Amino acid sequence: MSSSGPSSRLSAAQLEQRLDDALLASSSHRSVAKLARDLEYLPRERQDLVLHWAEVCTQTNAAIGDLVASLAPRALVLLDAAAFEAWVLAALDRYDRHGARAAMESLRDVAGFRAARDDTRDVALATVEGRLGRFVRGLSGRTLRIRAGAAAWTDTETIHLPARLGVLSDAGANRALYRAMTALLWAQARFGTFNADLEAAVDAWPQRERALAWLAALETVRLEACIARELPGLAREMAGLRGPWPSELTSVVDRLGAPSASVADSLALLSEYMAGEAHPPVLVHAGTLDPAAARRVRAQRIGRETEVLRHALGAWKAAPGRRPAESSSWEATLADDAGPAEFRIEGKLVALPEEARAAAQSLVQDLGEIPPEALAPAGPGAWKPTDRQGEGAHYVATRPPDHYYDEWDFHRNAHRRGWCHLYENDLPAGDAGFVREVSQRHAALIRRIRRRFEALRGEDRVLGRQLDGEELDVDAAVEAVCDRAAGSEPSSRLFARRVRCERSLAALFMVDMSGSTQGWVNDAEREALVMLCEAIETLGDAYAIYGFSGWTRTRCDIYRIKGFGERYGDAVRGRISAIAAKDYTRMGVAIRHLTRLLVAQPARHRLLVSLSDGRPDDFGDEYRGQYGVEDTRRALLEARAQGVRSYCVTIDRHGADYLRHMYGPARYTVLDDVRKLPLKLADIYRRMSS
Amino acid sequence: MSPTELRTITPTLETQADEPYYQQVADEVALFEAAAARRLPVLLKGPTGCGKTRFVEYMAWRLQRPLVTVACHDDLTTADLVGRYLIAGEGTIWVDGPLTAAVRAGAICYLDEIVEARKDTTVVIHPLADSRRVLCVEKRGELVRAPESFMLVISYNPGYQSVLKEIKPSTRQRFVALDFDYPEAALEARIVAIEGGVEASVAQRLVKLGQLTRNLKGEGLDEGASTRLLVHAAQLIGAGMAPRTACTAAVARALSDDPEMTDTLDELVRAVF
Ligand SMILES: Nc1ncnc2c1ncn2[C@@H]1O[C@H](COP(=O)(O)OP(=O)(O)OP(=O)(O)O)[C@@H](O)[C@H]1O
Ligand SMILES: [Mg+2]
Repeated sequence: MSSSGPSSRLSAAQLEQRLDDALLASSSHRSVAKLARDLEYLPRERQDLVLHWAEVCTQTNAAIGDLVASLAPRALVLLDAAAFEAWVLAALDRYDRHGARAAMESLRDVAGFRAARDDTRDVALATVEGRLGRFVRGLSGRTLRIRAGAAAWTDTETIHLPARLGVLSDAGANRALYRAMTALLWAQARFGTFNADLEAAVDAWPQRERALAWLAALETVRLEACIARELPGLAREMAGLRGPWPSELTSVVDRLGAPSASVADSLALLSEYMAGEAHPPVLVHAGTLDPAAARRVRAQRIGRETEVLRHALGAWKAAPGRRPAESSSWEATLADDAGPAEFRIEGKLVALPEEARAAAQSLVQDLGEIPPEALAPAGPGAWKPTDRQGEGAHYVATRPPDHYYDEWDFHRNAHRRGWCHLYENDLPAGDAGFVREVSQRHAALIRRIRRRFEALRGEDRVLGRQLDGEELDVDAAVEAVCDRAAGSEPSSRLFARRVRCERSLAALFMVDMSGSTQGWVNDAEREALVMLCEAIETLGDAYAIYGFSGWTRTRCDIYRIKGFGERYGDAVRGRISAIAAKDYTRMGVAIRHLTRLLVAQPARHRLLVSLSDGRPDDFGDEYRGQYGVEDTRRALLEARAQGVRSYCVTIDRHGADYLRHMYGPARYTVLDDVRKLPLKLADIYRRMSS
Repeated sequence: MSPTELRTITPTLETQADEPYYQQVADEVALFEAAAARRLPVLLKGPTGCGKTRFVEYMAWRLQRPLVTVACHDDLTTADLVGRYLIAGEGTIWVDGPLTAAVRAGAICYLDEIVEARKDTTVVIHPLADSRRVLCVEKRGELVRAPESFMLVISYNPGYQSVLKEIKPSTRQRFVALDFDYPEAALEARIVAIEGGVEASVAQRLVKLGQLTRNLKGEGLDEGASTRLLVHAAQLIGAGMAPRTACTAAVARALSDDPEMTDTLDELVRAVF
């Protein structure tokens, strides 16, 4: 800040002087004098605040500085210091993006700014959904979907939460509240709220709604205690959010908090409360109960998991060389809580497939044990996975797909198996004239890129005169002998070591051929590829180029432009010329397929570089928006798990914020200007491969 | 000159005097002893930090044989394993590599993370890992026959799905394979308490945290927290760090760089402690 001196208030005269300096004397004297009088009675920190920001703004734009100063007395009535700063910064930001007029409009609307800022204590579910999903995944090991709804409740597979939360005073607290609500709903399924016939219990009362609300409150007391035993940190946070228990509930905290308490205790207490008149208290973090929905979903799941488990046990038993064991000697235990279930047969631990272990874990969470019928091994073929695939749009294909790929459905938090139908196509060659033209037009640039790339080229070399190595360096050894004979000290660097400069890299470039690339994006992609090919040829790395496009999940097309084994000759040049805008961008399946091609390459390092413009998108509403973003993210994660490094280049002038999330598992670059693509691409490749 | 007339240095190997702490999990000790008795090589499969190295140390002590451990890396050459010539005075001298030394001494040779080594190194272990039980020291033209007590043990983490990190069938089919995994909660808590020097209640919470992170495997995490990480967190707590700080550093940050994932891990840490 520009002020020094005593922290006592500045007088009108001093203020006038300071304002004159700060505002570059751009305002009329009369207005400055008036402003100084308005500011005279503000505390010193406020005076400094105004002077500081007026000066800062003036450096950007004198009119804005003026306006900030003149609006300040009124703004400071509505805004505290932090809000004042935010108000100014928002205006400067608008200035940068939209110019002075927009900035001044934004400054004048002090009341609007204040209202919007108050709203910031609200948290939208959409902004925390992913995080809550991962959090419960961690807690439960079972996938629970998160959905927006009017109230907070769960059917034990989906957790419904309000779309916005603003009950608490700031955004951090509201986020914590989301977490607490989620955890309590998870706890309903985990700690057996639905292990009793709740429907019968509440239907017994004429005031059914009141009974349900009481039951929800009592269960909240019990579940918080369960959580406190396993997750004390979380329970502390919950207690902080809700404050002390309301007086109606304090008498039951001990009973429901006992480790042995179950939903039966809550039901017993329910009768007592219903006999009285009191209304159930409102608990900020408690959800509501829908016993009927929970029963349906839970029964289905138990049925399903029981069959999975029986099937797995059947398969285990039927494996060759197995002595038939009596199923009475089968025993399953759950270590303590979220841990994996363990199976013992005649006292011996047996390893069941992942899927069966998950089913067992899920059963134990629902029932507290594995029901005996689930331990009766099924005969062969007794169970078939139900085909739950829905129907997408149909495309009349002339041949069966070459591959089927899974797709990630974030609504379900699971893959849709074999969902995408992938067709491999050869791109028919166009005329190679385009490539020739580009190579000529950019000859100088290509030469430059090539020279840079040549520096990367490596060969196996033998380094002599090393301290250590697999072979003796004969020259050095002879010299050492001579040195010694001559009485001087011999060098101890007597070894030769072979260093591998072999690059052993396979790179695959994946090019967006969706309709939106029509025009200059497409041209830039093709130009970039030409330069890249010229450059990589000097390195001798294995590389391939594929295009992708699609029309719904039943028609995902991959176009080969250059295969790994192929030479960069006229055929390839012709195909690069023929790259054209086609349909839509279903990106996940393309990443999965090309990852598979890459993984088959005998190289030490694998690199997948994608070129696209903007958001993944497909015909129909399904892939558009978050679904496509999540699927792409997932596909990149899968690629990484297979040892493929990805780099995503996006041409997107809107600089959207979903990119960080979508490309999180990969590295990425956003280009606002498509003309930068050719150089950028060569550069990325150089950096990633050296 | 015959190989034995060459001047040769073989490191002397000793057996471990003190019993290393190892918590038996299933029947791995008996299986290993049986394999040792039948002179069969052993492959230990399992995720990182689940006790494979500790197990081999313990078995070496139990069988009273010296242990030679080689951590394989992608520049490990056959010379690094078998040996090389050095200059001494006017002539050369041969120094046995760790594998050769182990074979001569009838020790247990443990090649940790074998998939990391260069492919050609597997060639020298093949004849050692089948009924021939010989090591071919090519540069000396010598064939070293392994004594009864020599044993080859290799380890491998199948969690890396990368094709680069796969064991060739011709290699893996020479070995008796023992499966390792993180022990069940009660045992793991015992290990964490003893190794980390913390109370049982703290160890239980750490194990709880470990399980929560393992639930995230494949959901953005390549691997959940290993027993080793939990032991590290315990040691930090034992050294006076607050549990949340210790877990954030030893577990959450160690598992991921993805900001979204570390946020989630931090939330789980705060839920448990
Ligand atoms: N069964 C066990 N008994 C005793 N300590 C154990 C056991 N399992 C794990 N530990 C502890 O975990 C640590 C890590 O184990 P170790 O180094 O043996 O893992 P590893 O399986 O060899 O891992 P990596 O594959 O990463 O080499 C040990 O130092 C020890 O503290
Ligand atoms: Mg180890």
